Amino acid sequence: MVLGLAATALILVNLYTDWLDPVRERLSSLAAPFYWITGTPSRVGDWAEDQLRTREELLEENSRLKHQVMLLEQQTQLLAAVRAENTQLKELMNSAESVDQRVLVAQVIGVSPDPLEHVLIIDKGRNDGIRDGTAIMDASGLLGQVIEAGLFSSRVLLITDANHALPVQVLRNSLRAVAEGTGDLYRLKLRHLANTSDIREGDLLLSSGLGGRFPAGYPVGEVIAVKRDPGKAFADVEVQPRGLMNRSRFVLAVIGSDEPDPAQSVNAEARD
Amino acid sequence: MEAHNRWFILLTFIVALLLAVMPLPTNWLWFRPSFCALLVIFWITRMPENLGVGFAWLMGLLEDLVTGSVLGAHALSLGVIAYFSLLTYRRTRAFNPGQQLMWVFVLAGINQLLGNWVHGLAGKTVPGLTFLWPALTTALLWPLVTPWLAGMASRLRVR
Repeated sequence: MVLGLAATALILVNLYTDWLDPVRERLSSLAAPFYWITGTPSRVGDWAEDQLRTREELLEENSRLKHQVMLLEQQTQLLAAVRAENTQLKELMNSAESVDQRVLVAQVIGVSPDPLEHVLIIDKGRNDGIRDGTAIMDASGLLGQVIEAGLFSSRVLLITDANHALPVQVLRNSLRAVAEGTGDLYRLKLRHLANTSDIREGDLLLSSGLGGRFPAGYPVGEVIAVKRDPGKAFADVEVQPRGLMNRSRFVLAVIGSDEPDPAQSVNAEARD
Repeated sequence: MEAHNRWFILLTFIVALLLAVMPLPTNWLWFRPSFCALLVIFWITRMPENLGVGFAWLMGLLEDLVTGSVLGAHALSLGVIAYFSLLTYRRTRAFNPGQQLMWVFVLAGINQLLGNWVHGLAGKTVPGLTFLWPALTTALLWPLVTPWLAGMASRLRVR
């Protein structure tokens, strides 16, 4: 009876306040080994796949990668000039926004067992500079954000989770919208977009950076269907996320620029 | 006196937790049996003098931590089914396999029901009665797992 009440109280405290968050963060490292162990079969599979390649396959992959590197290098050369120009312009405008962002590679060690939530567990945590809200992406697009940063592992809420929404912008015409998760790994929905707004199939959506949670300019998804029903106030817009929600083995954590936090620098000034 | 070999109980729970977070294809996630509920019913029916609601409560808390659900959700549900198992262990032992299976389905169903209630509080809705599938798979697992568990327990003299 007492234990039942205690459990109910714990549930309510956990749901409606954030008092228990520090406790959870400490203890979440305890859960990581379980995910690591259950992930072993797939890691063995990956290892075997790497080891049991034929020479021809490796040579082929090597030449493909060399091609890719050449293409990417060419693009970086362009980018360097653009970035220099960008920095200069930002300095002219006295903007504090920094262009450089530090990126950390993390490995996915588990998936939440609850079918109602889209959560990944990654093997990097507070010790590596990850904080609550750190944006997580893969090579093709935005995946989600960190909701619980433990010491050595963190939980990442995917943008397709039914409880997630993020501000986006259409690349073609900078139209702003909010992309909501649907609980389906391959679908997002745009919320409250007027029937008359200029959006069509094939439009690429980027994160807009509004709200300050996600860095601006990362690809989020592509519009795959626009349904305009005159009887409804808003258009039905379906979006396919760019990131590979359930297939990425390695992900990138965008842990901000190397410059210190505004809050920290204020403290430093106060000490001086 | 020789050792009680209680570590075996803990070992079964660690295995159950591993199975509880084992990656499964998305479509199968709805059918994952609740291994911890099965173990709570089994161990309490076997050793009602030594194990109680508190034990189930702690195991539930551990499950909450490992699966990352709301703290206290499994503690509550496992605590409740531990209480019911304590009340009915004599009957459960006397049941024939078919009756046992039905009774485990009811207990695991209560476990799912409470879990679903917490999900509801957290704002996650489940379509229809899909949340009861794990209760069915847990019940179907019961006749497969318990003879082996009981055999191991008596060989190791877990008391």
